[in-house]
Amino acid sequence: MPDLKQTVAEFGWPRVIIFLFLVALFVLAPFVGVRLDDSLTNVLNRFGQNAVFVLAMVPMIQSGCGLNFGLSLGIIAGLLGGILSGQLGLAGAAGFFGAIALASPFAVLLGLGYGKLLNKVKGEEMTIAMYVGFASVMFMCIMWLVLPFSNPTMIWGYGGKGLRTTISVEKFYRGVLNNFLMIKAGEHLRIPTGTLLFDALCAYLMWGFLKTRTGTAVTAVGSNPDYARASGLSVDRMRTVSVVISTFLGAVGILVYQQSYGFMQLYGAPLQMPFAAVAAILIGGASVNKASMLNVILGTFLFQGLLTMTPSVINAALQTDMSEVVRLIVSNGIIVYALTRKTRVAK
Amino acid sequence: MGQDSPLLSVEHVSKDFYGNVVLEDVCFQLRAGEILGLVGENGAGKTTLMRILFGMPVIAETGGYKGGVCLDGEEVRFASPFDALDAGIGMVHQEFSLIPGFTTTENIVLNREAMRGSVLNAVFGERMSALDRAAMKGKAESAIARLGVKLDPDMLVSEMPVGHKEFTEIAREINREKTKLLVLDEPTAVLTESEADILLKTLRKLADQGIAIIFISHRLHEVVELADRIVVLRDGGVVKDLPNEGVSVRDIASWMVGRSVAADRAASADGRRIGDEILKVEGLWVDMPGEPVDGASFSVRQGEIFGIGGLAGQGKLGIPNGIMGLYPAGGEVSFRGKTVPLNAPRTALETGLAFVSEDRRGVGLLLDESLEWNVSFTAMQIQGKYLKSILGGLVRYRDEAAMRKLTQEYIELLDIKCTGPEQKAKQLSGGNQQKICLAKAFALKPDLLFVSEPTRGIDVGAKKLVLDTIKRYNRDYGTTIVMVSSELEELRSVCDRVAIVDEGGIAGILPPTAEPAEFGLLMSGVSPTGAGPAGGEPDGAKEARRA
Amino acid sequence: MSGKLDLKRFLSGNAVILVFVLISAAAIPASKLSGTYIVQEMLTRIGRNSFLVLALLLPIYAGMGLNFGMTLGAMAGQLGLICAVNWGITGVEGLAFAALIGMPISIALGYVCGSILNKAKGREMVTGYMLGFFINGVYQFTVLYFMGMVIPIRNASILLSRGFGIRNTLNLESVRQSLDLLWSLKAGPYVLPMSTYLVLAALCVFIVWFRRTKLGQDMRAVGFDMGVAEAAGIPVDRTRVIAIVISTVLACFGQIIFLQNMGNMATYNAHDQTSFFAVAALLVGGASVKKATIPNVFIGVVLLHVLFVVSPRAGQNLFGSAQIGEYFRQFIGYGVIALSLVLYATRERREAAALRASTYGAGRKAAAAGGSV
Repeated sequence: MPDLKQTVAEFGWPRVIIFLFLVALFVLAPFVGVRLDDSLTNVLNRFGQNAVFVLAMVPMIQSGCGLNFGLSLGIIAGLLGGILSGQLGLAGAAGFFGAIALASPFAVLLGLGYGKLLNKVKGEEMTIAMYVGFASVMFMCIMWLVLPFSNPTMIWGYGGKGLRTTISVEKFYRGVLNNFLMIKAGEHLRIPTGTLLFDALCAYLMWGFLKTRTGTAVTAVGSNPDYARASGLSVDRMRTVSVVISTFLGAVGILVYQQSYGFMQLYGAPLQMPFAAVAAILIGGASVNKASMLNVILGTFLFQGLLTMTPSVINAALQTDMSEVVRLIVSNGIIVYALTRKTRVAK
Repeated sequence: MGQDSPLLSVEHVSKDFYGNVVLEDVCFQLRAGEILGLVGENGAGKTTLMRILFGMPVIAETGGYKGGVCLDGEEVRFASPFDALDAGIGMVHQEFSLIPGFTTTENIVLNREAMRGSVLNAVFGERMSALDRAAMKGKAESAIARLGVKLDPDMLVSEMPVGHKEFTEIAREINREKTKLLVLDEPTAVLTESEADILLKTLRKLADQGIAIIFISHRLHEVVELADRIVVLRDGGVVKDLPNEGVSVRDIASWMVGRSVAADRAASADGRRIGDEILKVEGLWVDMPGEPVDGASFSVRQGEIFGIGGLAGQGKLGIPNGIMGLYPAGGEVSFRGKTVPLNAPRTALETGLAFVSEDRRGVGLLLDESLEWNVSFTAMQIQGKYLKSILGGLVRYRDEAAMRKLTQEYIELLDIKCTGPEQKAKQLSGGNQQKICLAKAFALKPDLLFVSEPTRGIDVGAKKLVLDTIKRYNRDYGTTIVMVSSELEELRSVCDRVAIVDEGGIAGILPPTAEPAEFGLLMSGVSPTGAGPAGGEPDGAKEARRA
Repeated sequence: MSGKLDLKRFLSGNAVILVFVLISAAAIPASKLSGTYIVQEMLTRIGRNSFLVLALLLPIYAGMGLNFGMTLGAMAGQLGLICAVNWGITGVEGLAFAALIGMPISIALGYVCGSILNKAKGREMVTGYMLGFFINGVYQFTVLYFMGMVIPIRNASILLSRGFGIRNTLNLESVRQSLDLLWSLKAGPYVLPMSTYLVLAALCVFIVWFRRTKLGQDMRAVGFDMGVAEAAGIPVDRTRVIAIVISTVLACFGQIIFLQNMGNMATYNAHDQTSFFAVAALLVGGASVKKATIPNVFIGVVLLHVLFVVSPRAGQNLFGSAQIGEYFRQFIGYGVIALSLVLYATRERREAAALRASTYGAGRKAAAAGGSV
């Protein structure tokens, strides 16, 4: 079957192996006493939490900026929005959407600066993005300590200064999306309909954007910057547009994550978040310069499925928690794999 | 020194690339201490011949060659350039092959450094030997001495004037003990005239030491001045092989390009109206690597097909690329009397200019996207076509149905062989890709169209189709066309006037019916009136060409 | 005009180092730490960290950028130390044993790393970085599950209570500072770890000598231009792999030296920051992605660590929070790496533009008037 072989080869062996591994975990689950409905609830929950992050990878991949290792900038904007929303005492849906609105100016400004920077360093985007992200997270660590926030649920009890490491969003916007139209089937199965719908809306908007004139231009810039330039486009502008969108989605992503997870995580927490999103979209079949909605959905599902199922199944089977190690190997392995594929390097 | 038996003899060498014949039954001989001037147009087969001689892997990968090459009476068939080097053939390529951060010495002895062994060799091999700097310098100095030029052995290449780089390369080749044949491909292209003079003297000196030299140059007066023997290649065959006695530049020029004017010329002029000046270019300079333009001036009339020819590296490709804003450019360009701002691709397109790039795969196409995208993209971005409004005009999406219809039209019109508008551009053959590039430009409905190397890399049948398409488009729509091509015959068969570019400027403009020799002379930097090229280039421009 | 240009060039060429000196100059008095304390800290930290920074030099010569994959070597060194502790080999012999075990592992890992980087030409740095993460997973798998389960561990005290896997913190008392104390010199109020310095000196001599060997020359050639090197018959890919292998092995030794000074080892995290510290130090010392010298290493180690020593105290004194200083120093570390990568990438483009300006158009006259460079 040469066709199947070729399809597999194009999709990449590592991805096929991950897929088969996940299938095996699902098959194995009942035998080691892990409830499937429990697992499914978990997977769907985590899918909902993370899909927007993964979606945020799409525009920059499409425009040829590569994998957005600097997603932390968007996350920082989102954290600022969330904290400001809490500070203003917004709650419920107003809190959530208020947080998005408050995060937007930060996301756009940071995105513009970040985009300008990446345009200056074409060819080295990924390494630089990573360190810009790290440095920004560390800078914000200082800011979290010194910015004059005063909502008592957010700041340290003692000293009355500085934000807590984790802040519960129970009183702000916990479950705004998750609980919207939540489907409860039986005792264990919970489907966070609202979050999934919101993810779908974001994905739809992204899909729509890629169909507009600008979206088409962004794709062309990533596909062949010289062609795009010869067609009268400003390559730098299109790249900046993609970076701004990616950063904005990073901000929305962290808020979606918080409303589901229940906590804001400040300080060092955003450091490693971009890597999970990068790994997810690559597992979904994206390359360093091509990504689609299908890659996002498939990738988020596979990656989060793996993260959920590995601990439960393997723990139950071997009585030991190997999930962290599996996560490290799988997520970083797939990134290394994708980086070694031959692609056109932007000039 | 063995004047009788030839050092190199090329016997009945033929080579084709997938049926496309580039060399046919080439024979010539070269004795030790002799200088052979090898001349020919682009595509005459010089490069392929040198690749065969030098054992470039591309030859074996494309099916090898027929015939034989004998060195010192023994047939050789090199598997790699290193075999050729070992056999005593040195080659100086058109592009410098030097390491900028190394000194003259380090470059001359690159990978042949003198070493002092140490105990570690036994364990870690040869490469752990320490370099013997003094011996290296000695070797370099003796090579430089053989050249008879002044080179500082400790100077960094990155700080050298361009002429010194050339000599460093030659010194590296003759530094090999065994080098008996030296091939130089356009060694004077980047040199100033005084530097070129020194180089020619140096080459003569080397020949006197018994080294045979193959000297490839488009500057025919240099060939006449230096060579003992002249071989002219045309269309893959040797048309002349004679001693350099009483040969004039004009003779060589006519041998190089001499062909009868294509017969299909006659039909093309009638039924078209050629109007007034539409495009005026003055003092154009373009920083296009490998094809720099420096001070080109010409004007194009409405409705004509204007040809731009010239040898590779002289700047003909830089002209359309510069006007369309793809490479940094300066000077005055006006279209219909209005100034066209340079370095602004979008404005150029909006003005009504369009461009089919010579770099089809690099610039002309979105290889990973569908044909619909390729054809309609530029028109969509520049003119807002092929978009449809949704949500009451709030947002505009790609109108894929309209894109498909447009693409389908061009597929039929240009007879593009494909499975349909959804096929990826990278899956088409070269000729069909070229037609997609034309379709993209046509979709813009331009007033003036630049077509650069439209037939490069496509087979003979497709060539004719592409040229016919261009002619038909010019006739049917009255679109002014500026066609840039390395193939003079092509220009003469299609164009109303042909400009020849040499050293970054326009050497002259001729009607297509002019004598072949006239074209040949323009290409070799001799204007037909007998005057030399309009002033040498400044060194900087030459430097940039190789950078 | 040219004077202004020179100043600008000097500033941009040394921006990183200047910024650092300024920040340190402000932070040292704010920390209120004694000069003696800071100097002693520096003397210790030069011994502890320089070896790791020196390990970065060879891949830079070979044009492969900053070897973030050095983490692989650090992990190999840690495996060596685990074995040494397990076998109960103490003192300098223990270190030598650890190096002996670590060396083949780091050679193998370096070979893997080099081969992978050859497949990712043009983005070696990010690939090396991610590879470090990947191998970290394999390392954790080995140490956390295999050790005690598949690989026999004789010394039960280093195992987790469940019977397999190494404890989170490995006590290195048996080899603690055995190299530093082998020959340490008291000079006034200061203690100098002379034996460690000797090892460093030997490595510097090795690097200087190596640059003068045929292999070193080839490496530089590959670093300048792979195409030309290939055409001259230098085995480019192989040379690049060798550069990475040597770097990985040096990182292995470097990590052993680092940890013997620390005296204990966070089994699963000790290597996390290795490449960060080493790369930041090298860049602070004025090196770039393409050019680095031995003085860059030592200047960088001193400058970076001065800041690392003083900033928590400075933060405490200035803002009432040591945490701020802690974050600040990390911000500076990451920021320095980002800044010098950006400066390097933009400088290359600016130089291309400058060449163009001097070649054509208006610049031509200026260039003619100014004479040749």
